[in-house]
Amino acid sequence: MRRVILGSFNGAGNLSNIVIEMEDIVTRFGENLVHDHLNLSIKEGEIYGLLGGSGSGKSTLLKEMIMLLRPESGRIRVLGKDILDLSTIEAEALRKQWGVLFQSGALYSSLNVAENIGITLREYTDLSKDFINTIVKAKIKMVGLPDYAAKLYPAELSGGMVKRASLARALAMDPKILFLDEPTSGLDPIGAEEFDKLILDLRNILGFTVIMVTHDLDSIWNVVDRFCVLGDHKIIAEGTLNEVMKSNHPIIAKFFKGARGSVRSKV
Amino acid sequence: MGDHTNKAVVLIEKKDNSYLLTCDGEWNLNTITEATSKLKEFSLVIEVKSNLTCDISSIEELDSAGAILLLEYINIFEEKNCMVNIVGASSEQDKILTMYRDKVKNSSVVSPKRHSLINQFEKIGHKTILSIRDMVSFLSFLGESFSSLVHYILHPSSIRFNAIVKNIEDAGVRALPIVALTSFLIGVVVAYQGAVQLEKFGANIFIVDLIGISVTRELAPLITAIVVAGRSGSSYTAQIGVMKITEEIDAMKTMSFNPFRFLVLPRMIALMIAMPLMIFFADVVGIFGGMFISEIQMNLSYTEFALRLQNVLELKHIWIGVTKGVFFAWLIAAVGCFRGFQVSYNTESIGRYTTISVVNGIFLVIACDALFSVVLTELGI
Repeated sequence: MRRVILGSFNGAGNLSNIVIEMEDIVTRFGENLVHDHLNLSIKEGEIYGLLGGSGSGKSTLLKEMIMLLRPESGRIRVLGKDILDLSTIEAEALRKQWGVLFQSGALYSSLNVAENIGITLREYTDLSKDFINTIVKAKIKMVGLPDYAAKLYPAELSGGMVKRASLARALAMDPKILFLDEPTSGLDPIGAEEFDKLILDLRNILGFTVIMVTHDLDSIWNVVDRFCVLGDHKIIAEGTLNEVMKSNHPIIAKFFKGARGSVRSKV
Repeated sequence: MGDHTNKAVVLIEKKDNSYLLTCDGEWNLNTITEATSKLKEFSLVIEVKSNLTCDISSIEELDSAGAILLLEYINIFEEKNCMVNIVGASSEQDKILTMYRDKVKNSSVVSPKRHSLINQFEKIGHKTILSIRDMVSFLSFLGESFSSLVHYILHPSSIRFNAIVKNIEDAGVRALPIVALTSFLIGVVVAYQGAVQLEKFGANIFIVDLIGISVTRELAPLITAIVVAGRSGSSYTAQIGVMKITEEIDAMKTMSFNPFRFLVLPRMIALMIAMPLMIFFADVVGIFGGMFISEIQMNLSYTEFALRLQNVLELKHIWIGVTKGVFFAWLIAAVGCFRGFQVSYNTESIGRYTTISVVNGIFLVIACDALFSVVLTELGI
């Protein structure tokens, strides 16, 4: 479970390090082809970014990894399990090993923050109520929320607090994988930077793997170890920032050499 | 994590004034239950001011829950003035422990216990204050809707005729089938019940008085109002509630579209126009229902029924029933809209306020009806 020193990935030779592997993924919504024989692998302990313009299918890809959507064909292995061919019980066990932070937080609106964070602990462990409360309080502090936030309902939280509370909920069970869907969307630049740093710090301490869908170029610069860019129904570039920047694909050029990207690359 | 074989274990050894705690096994969410109770027992017997060494070098896996458990008890021991040393932490374990170190402290704040009777009184008091506030804000809502009405009357061009007509269609025309069915059945029920009693006295013909007056004066208005409260009152709450959640109402305010003029009054006026007409319709159908049963059950022909009806059913009964409808409509629309504006930004509150709106609407209609009965009887009408 602890972070493994990242080794270089060389094909099938180092499979023990691979947390998520997608092979030959084809996804179609009706007539609309989203993924055309797409391949992807994510290593243990890294922060992996999924990039691409709107409609390039990156959120769809994320949903396929967490079993919310099924691709038309292909193979997806998460933590060594083929998720397209799992029994209900295996699927449940697997779901306990990841946490998901949805774009809008998706906190249960009828529960307060503490109940939201503690819900999986209450449902899936036999820990005492008091100890669950202690864990929840520690998690609330861990994500940088004030103590009084525990009693608040999602409707009473600011955008940044919603993100932090749902991060705490996603991390409640100490997952091995954390999925983030646009974690910094809707946050101001300072809040976004703090949130990025929080994710980075927690990854360094708790050693989970992070997969994030993002539009935020700052996040790519600051926290992401490796990322891929989706376009033309495929992955058009993958690797570290420097590796991707070397690509001459027109979409990459648009992404990083447009006004927003170029300002950053001069810094 | 699914592996339950390797439970968290604590071994406690005592030497003079010092203890050695050896922790072993996996310390994660699923394995620490037994260690928790062991530590708890130990925290009760530990002597104050003793030295404690906690050896965690054999812990195979330490997750947040395990770390928090360890730190929680270390805090408890330290509160007993014990010296606690953690030894043998790997660098990864050390990172986790360091992060949670200051986050577990002071977490055991016990709220003072009070007598349960006091809690009950507090609840009652709290509820009372809430319902008084609720009433006050309802009155202020009515006041605001009235002042918008004055604005409407002073500036007839600002009246939203299209919205009113559309609401009449939604709340009135589309409700006619269900109103027809329920009032027909009410006519049938009254005729059946009346027939049995009246036949005992050989007073068959009085069934006409019974049906004519009870349906037009009381039953048709009430039944129509209840149907409308269930149909339109709830939909007003839900519509306005959703608009509030999606911030449409805020958007309207920023464009200085007064929500009262755009949302509340069109609904209120539409219902106040539609309801009397629906009640008249319900009168006709209800009486027909009674007529139908009288013919079958008592051999009272339609002609006889109609002739008798002309003689006994004074016009005032119909007027009273129809006029009541205007007030019922006002109450239902006001409560429906008011509850819609109370919806807060979560999904659960839509359901809650829609229910409250229907319950309040029906209650207010019946209360208003009772008030009418008292006043009209006192006036001798």
